[in-house]
Amino acid sequence: MSVALSAQDINRALTRISHEILEKNQGATNIVLLGIPTRGAHIAARISAIIGSIEGAEVPTGTLDITLFRDDLRMRPPRAIMPTKIPASGIEGKDVILIDDVLFSGRTIRAALDALGEIGRPRTVQLAALVDRGHRELPIKADFIGKNLPTAKNQSVKVLLSEIDGRDEVTIEEGAE
Amino acid sequence: MRHLLSIADLNKSEAISILDTASELARVSDGAVKKLPTLRGRTIVNLFAEDSTRTRISFEAAAKRLSADVINFSAKGSSLSKGESLKDTAMTLQAMGADAVVIRHPASGAAQRLADSHWMSGSVVNAGDGTHEHPSQALLDAFTIRKHLGMGGSDLTGLSVAIVGDILHSRVARSNVLLLSMLGAKVTLVAPPTLLPVGIDSWPATVSYDFDSVIPHVDVVMMLRVQQERMSDLFFPNAREYSRYFGLNTDRMACMKKGAIVMHPGPMNRGLEISAEVADSARSVITEQVTNGVSVRMAILYVLLAGGALEVGSN
Repeated sequence: MSVALSAQDINRALTRISHEILEKNQGATNIVLLGIPTRGAHIAARISAIIGSIEGAEVPTGTLDITLFRDDLRMRPPRAIMPTKIPASGIEGKDVILIDDVLFSGRTIRAALDALGEIGRPRTVQLAALVDRGHRELPIKADFIGKNLPTAKNQSVKVLLSEIDGRDEVTIEEGAE
Repeated sequence: MRHLLSIADLNKSEAISILDTASELARVSDGAVKKLPTLRGRTIVNLFAEDSTRTRISFEAAAKRLSADVINFSAKGSSLSKGESLKDTAMTLQAMGADAVVIRHPASGAAQRLADSHWMSGSVVNAGDGTHEHPSQALLDAFTIRKHLGMGGSDLTGLSVAIVGDILHSRVARSNVLLLSMLGAKVTLVAPPTLLPVGIDSWPATVSYDFDSVIPHVDVVMMLRVQQERMSDLFFPNAREYSRYFGLNTDRMACMKKGAIVMHPGPMNRGLEISAEVADSARSVITEQVTNGVSVRMAILYVLLAGGALEVGSN
């Protein structure tokens, strides 16, 4: 096991992503942050707090569960459905930033795009991920990335966050996932 | 979980996870697009050998909101009325590739028979078998109670529920006693002695013959239908007397706790076990039970069918 990102690295990466989001969208007026549970939702809350402190205004932030839209449901035992909370302002005509912890095959994001389609029609959909570990199986690319981590397919990337795991850390572990 | 035959097969965490899943799925029923792709390509057969409005429509709506294909099959107008056996019917369904069968049957244990047999390989959901169990009704009742009165927790600890009426013939009562007590609620059964089954003292519930003494102390009054079609003997002198001692009318409703709710699994005999004023009052959550039924049945179908055929340890 090797540590890829320390707590400080994670903090810096999220701060940079927050600035990049603001730069690309020319401010925070039209954006909605949607985290994909479980860890994406916590990262979204952190980015929301950082953007809030930079801009001095609250950013609509929610969660988007994609379980019901997965294409691999039949390959695994049933998963628990996590909460979806869409901010009261909705996503219609907004610039939606999807936020996840690790970008891997891209299938989660495909499912998220389907799930968004059921809720409304955003002006744009952008993607932020703390870690991009490669091995895409679909033509999906992130707009904002904390760190590119070249990995082998049989390695596994673990993101630990203080909200649920007690500390902040990203590690790479060897062996089959 | 492969089948849902009885509440007795569930443990507390499984029951709570079905309720939690149902509350997430309830959002879909509130949304503009009432459809999810989750069970696309799955076939669900509603096999109803006994009459039903709510349960059949509810399972049909639930399956359709998850994009499953639904085949309805009722005793009237099918070969069941020509005397075809359950086995032959099941093998026909297997040959058609049914992924799940939702079965309502007048014989207690019919769902279990179907699940234990090797007549078909799909999941079996018990939608009411004789006087045995009706697990999806109990789950939707628990869901409704939790939504109205749950104190933030995931279970029903601290609540007390009275189930009143024809306990003897009621599969709804049987499933509810098991589920509500498992979730921590205190259950009191109220009925004339003739309408209580043998062995009631082994149920996880207390028994009372006096409705008036129970009513001020409970958070939920669940009225049961007097099942005249199952009554071959005389169980009470006449309808008026039953109604006077065990019916819920406005006078009795006035004695209920503040915030307490009235439930009924339907169909109601208005004027017998429940008066029309009570059924249509603000305390009544009877139509909401129907709405919640769709979400809970979506959750049941999701838990049984969404996962793969590979049985891996739950995680």
